[in-house]
Amino acid sequence: MIWMFLAATFAISTALVINKNRGVNYALVLLYQCLFLGFGVYQYFYINTIQHGVFKSDPLAVLMLLALCFISVPVLFHAYRYIDKDDSEATPHTRGVFFAALILLITACSMAYLSDHLAVTWIFIEITTLSASVLIYHHRSIRALEGTWKYVFICAISITFIYVGILFLSLSLKEAGVQDISFTSLMKNAGKLDPFWLKLSFLFIYTGLTAKLGLVPMYTAGIDAKDKAPGPVGAILASALMNVGFVSLYRVYAVISGTPSMSWAGTIMMIAAILSVFVATVYMTRIKNIKRMFAYSGIEHMGIAVLALAAGGIGVYAAILHIFLHTLVKPVLFLQYNQIYRIYQSKSIYDLGNYFRYNRAGAIVILLGFISVAAMPPSALFVSEFMVFQSLFSGGHLLIMAVLLILLTFIIWGLGVNIFKLLFTPRISEGLLKEEINVPKINPWESLPQYVLIIASVYLAYNPPAKLVWMIQEAVKLIQ
Amino acid sequence: MIDILLISMAITLLYMSIANRLQTYLSILVFQGFILFGASYLSLPDISTFNLLFIMLETIVFKAIAVPWIIRYIIKRNKITRIAEPYLSNFASLLIVTSIIVVTIVLSNSIQDRNLDRTFFVVALSTLFTGLYLIVSRKKIITHIIGYIVIENGVFVLSLAVGNEMPLLLNLGIMLDIFASIFILGVFFNKIGDVLKDPDVNVLQNLKD
Repeated sequence: MIWMFLAATFAISTALVINKNRGVNYALVLLYQCLFLGFGVYQYFYINTIQHGVFKSDPLAVLMLLALCFISVPVLFHAYRYIDKDDSEATPHTRGVFFAALILLITACSMAYLSDHLAVTWIFIEITTLSASVLIYHHRSIRALEGTWKYVFICAISITFIYVGILFLSLSLKEAGVQDISFTSLMKNAGKLDPFWLKLSFLFIYTGLTAKLGLVPMYTAGIDAKDKAPGPVGAILASALMNVGFVSLYRVYAVISGTPSMSWAGTIMMIAAILSVFVATVYMTRIKNIKRMFAYSGIEHMGIAVLALAAGGIGVYAAILHIFLHTLVKPVLFLQYNQIYRIYQSKSIYDLGNYFRYNRAGAIVILLGFISVAAMPPSALFVSEFMVFQSLFSGGHLLIMAVLLILLTFIIWGLGVNIFKLLFTPRISEGLLKEEINVPKINPWESLPQYVLIIASVYLAYNPPAKLVWMIQEAVKLIQ
Repeated sequence: MIDILLISMAITLLYMSIANRLQTYLSILVFQGFILFGASYLSLPDISTFNLLFIMLETIVFKAIAVPWIIRYIIKRNKITRIAEPYLSNFASLLIVTSIIVVTIVLSNSIQDRNLDRTFFVVALSTLFTGLYLIVSRKKIITHIIGYIVIENGVFVLSLAVGNEMPLLLNLGIMLDIFASIFILGVFFNKIGDVLKDPDVNVLQNLKD
């Protein structure tokens, strides 16, 4: 099934690049959408099966895959709107390449979730870099080129680091006499691995994965990428692609959790995570570009999730729930961003303001999105963040908890200042928009997918179906 | 014999740290490609002949011929000046690369592992870190790419150390090479040349907060 799906993806993306007809193009995207949803459902029904020897639909993978299925519908819909309405320079060729790269990115992300083999994960992470770079370069401007160049270069270095990590891991396997580097076999033989090489390998793999995960030290590439990529692509980069980093890190951590080096790895992750939240705080309190602000908010949430993972106990559950809910919430802001840009033609906070006057439905989305990413009580992320604090408290990390609380307060302040400026106050640069009459009217129905995402996230957080809880609990069992 | 090859690899790093012209860097890359060609022949007696041939072909075709040739083509096409433009003086560079090598030797001596061939470990790690150093200490984008290729060569040496047991990893490393050479160089840098007339890293410094 997986090979068939991969083959179909490649066939569709090739057809998209070759084809110049608009109708056929969108029909192909629709076909892919149906295939992808079908693939998600298939994996859900065949949960916990090993496929083709290197893929395994374990609960963690299926959970992330379903989240990606769920957001792929609004993302592809908005991508269609974006190419059709916003992108005045779109030609049949750039449109085809854009959609081909987008579906390749979505497929590569899902394969990276499902992969049970370190080398296969590595290959698909590389494919995400390739397809994402095509999408970031979509505008073909010099700034887009800069973003792409930085992204490709840093990801190339990060992928090399992961490769070095895999080499060190294979050195640690020599002693155990194992040659199979699938995660299942690694976890089974975790006790026999040489601790020195395992630690070194974890260090390198972790550093490499931070480029996708968005943590210190390699988070920078992702920020430029999300800033320069079109809004719908930013939504995928800020949710599904970051999850690729998280899932891979989770599996590597699951291997190391079966050895005495677990607390050492936890300390490393905790330091990097709290530093990431700190970096996000510093930038979010002084940033003037709202798209980059959304991107830094992703750094903050990944930091919180990895912190919870490192704290252990209920934190592992909280981390997965947090990642899952974040996947539903974060695209809301990036998808709404395109409509904001359509009105103001700028993303600097100085040019934005009085959004309620121009697009009421969109303004409410932004307000709800703000409440969601700030994790205020009625929102979904509040539930998981509360559990994160619970885990930090019960794990005895009181100092880190205090620091985190202070940093989060700053983040809410920084986020709030910019969001409320956007929504309520007149813009700083020239008061009202010059061509008040020419402000494009935005159809409120375009915001519908964002509402659905927010409502779904709140529903799933406060009233989780038994199957969701079961999947997360099964995933938690990987960490011993 | 393999030790001689690896040690000459380490010596090329020292030479690279004081080289002034891009042409010299390219010659060193070609030389490193040939060293890796020899090293892969000598250090992989256990893997299948076909795989060995493939790996040796890759080192000679990609590392020693194609990549330096593409870089030379890019330099000519974009009329990049011949000077490497380091931020630090040659003496400081030499000192830093020497200390990188010394530190990795000290580090490898602290490892108690009979499975490890120390020479491989030292040369691989020092090549890796020298590549990183080249990236941060040189101004031009093209030298960043050269630094990245030096990193790749270092990683390749490391993969030779484990290649006998796991040929799969060696082939992965080759995928990494091809990814770098075809994608970063062939496609991407040509685009940079089209959009920017002066492929200097200074032009690509505006995306920040």
